[in-house]
Amino acid sequence: MTTPRIRPAGAQRVPASPARRVRAVRTVGGLSVRFDIRTFAVVVLLLVAAATASVVLIGTGDFPIPAGDVLKTLVGDGSASQEFIVNDLRLPRVLVGLLVGASLGLGGALFQSISRNPLGSPDVLGLGQGSTAGALIMIVLYSGSATEVALGALVGGLVTGLAIYLLAWKRGVHGYRLVLVGIGVSSIVTAVNGYLLTKADIVDAARAVVWMTGSLNGRDWAQVWPLLIMCAVLVPLVLGNARGLRMMEMGDDVSYALGVSVERTRLLLMVAAVLLTAGATAAAGPVGFVALTAPQLARRLTRSPGPNLVPSMCMGATLLVVADWASQRAFGADQLPVGVVTGVLGGVYLLWLLVTERKAGRI
Amino acid sequence: MSGAAQPTANGQAEPAASPAANPAASGPANPMASGSKNAARANDQAHENTRRSTVNRLSADHVTLGYDQRVIAEKLSVEIPDNSFTVIVGPNACGKSTLLRALSRMLKPSEGRVLLDGQVIQSMPAKKVARTLGLLPQSSIAPDGITVGDLVGRGRYPHQGLLRQWSAEDERVVQESMASTGVAGLADRYVDELSGGQRQRVWIAMALAQQTPLLLLDEPTTYLDIQHQIDVLDLCAELHETQGRTLVAVLHDLNHAARYATHLIALRGGEVVAEGAPTDIVTADLVEEVFGLRCQVIDDPETGTPLVVPAARRARARATASATAKEGS
Repeated sequence: MTTPRIRPAGAQRVPASPARRVRAVRTVGGLSVRFDIRTFAVVVLLLVAAATASVVLIGTGDFPIPAGDVLKTLVGDGSASQEFIVNDLRLPRVLVGLLVGASLGLGGALFQSISRNPLGSPDVLGLGQGSTAGALIMIVLYSGSATEVALGALVGGLVTGLAIYLLAWKRGVHGYRLVLVGIGVSSIVTAVNGYLLTKADIVDAARAVVWMTGSLNGRDWAQVWPLLIMCAVLVPLVLGNARGLRMMEMGDDVSYALGVSVERTRLLLMVAAVLLTAGATAAAGPVGFVALTAPQLARRLTRSPGPNLVPSMCMGATLLVVADWASQRAFGADQLPVGVVTGVLGGVYLLWLLVTERKAGRI
Repeated sequence: MSGAAQPTANGQAEPAASPAANPAASGPANPMASGSKNAARANDQAHENTRRSTVNRLSADHVTLGYDQRVIAEKLSVEIPDNSFTVIVGPNACGKSTLLRALSRMLKPSEGRVLLDGQVIQSMPAKKVARTLGLLPQSSIAPDGITVGDLVGRGRYPHQGLLRQWSAEDERVVQESMASTGVAGLADRYVDELSGGQRQRVWIAMALAQQTPLLLLDEPTTYLDIQHQIDVLDLCAELHETQGRTLVAVLHDLNHAARYATHLIALRGGEVVAEGAPTDIVTADLVEEVFGLRCQVIDDPETGTPLVVPAARRARARATASATAKEGS
């Protein structure tokens, strides 16, 4: 009631540090929504950045199109040749990039929050390796089509996720247990992948290696729709359970005491995270380190505790589109697969994370 | 034992005690409803259970507790008297924390049941339980970069929903909880920056913001120095006296337990050895029986409650020697 500190009398203010302003919007009917102003601003900025990068990316290529024309074409007002290039060639590629980035960002944020560990991300846990194994089996053993390879990757990711769950989840999760089991699973699957590669003939091996780097080249609407449907189902499901996840950061006991169905929420969100990651990997190959870095970068921008799901998702989408642009432009005529760029950036970031975490005494 | 000690029916005591609107205090209606369900079962047992559960809001009824194959307690029955400050004491590994976990539905009994307002606690919706019964566990993690106000606000979770995220009521209760635990001035500070004692107060504030008539505390004084231990216990006593909440705490220090508890439960090997008011039950014999420690029990010069003074090392050594000699002969 009477707090020693003087605070603006507005009933809608909640205590927050000067850096954080949380606002609650209330309706007459007793409904209320609460949001953090800084987080909101970060999300808006990231969306603007992702949209800008997308437009620039669509205009980039052997046949450059000015941004104005890109926008005109997108609203259905361009020339026939521009329509073809934009709508049929480049837009689906950008959309796949955005969706893959968003899925990886969200999946990574879920994993990191559930394991309460920034290292507990799908990259470190070997989900990407699992998807790779699935894809390699299709490529090397069956010379499968693109769709079959994508299916193989999806199944590989899901099986790996299940294996990690079964091995690490005895009586609740412990952050390091999950990370260690993940590293173990990851190295086993890597060995399998190496074996499959040595068995492959040179054509299949080349195809496999391109797939393994993660690339958006040649992605079209056939990849967009499944990803879009997956996101349309999973994102609302995840966000609906986000409040429980927020509580679970304080430990299983506290969240039980607060009335969170811990096991159910965790299982549901884990399945969603594995699906998001495996689906994204099936569409674009194992694009490295987006799932690891996006949530961490988002968190540093919002400076907000909690899983930061929506900012991570937007950050993932932005990162991937920007990395795709960089991979096409930054190295002259040689186009790199986007996975190379995210891998380099993410690897540097991982090292930095390990150093700072070590300084903070958490590793 | 508790029938005489409970002159107040919970229906009367609750609303007067907690000023805030308390949707969970469904009072005597629920036990009656479930009583009629139980009547279908074996007659006399059902009668006894119904009677028990209408007396007190929280009880464990012949529960068998354990982890995996290891059984910690068998057919243990415990009543938590309403509006009491109940303290559970006992030697290490006697099952006191396990009992608390069972009472807070964290651990499912392999046999028997825990009753809250006459219903089996596991069968109740999680959020409903969380509006009636709060728990301050031993292991809790403050998320990185969280402020005190934000952490205390999380205690409102069971009262919130997807479209009811932060009502004016939430705001008010959080302010009150911080004020009554003396952390209102720290609202904008980061939890990581606080001292151990302050941090424990913040967690207690969070549990208070949950606004539960029943609050369970698992060793709330562990890792605190003596001043902060007393500080936290004073706070608990105050919450019990002024807000009329029923408190259940597991404590290690028998003297603290005897000083602050209105109702003491002494456990050993998963069995209740004694229960009642500390002045009635804490004797040298009981301490020796429960903890295997020879001691004197004198009156606490400050409060008049029992004070346990362990026997000197030599006296204990002599006693052990003579006991061994007797066994040997």
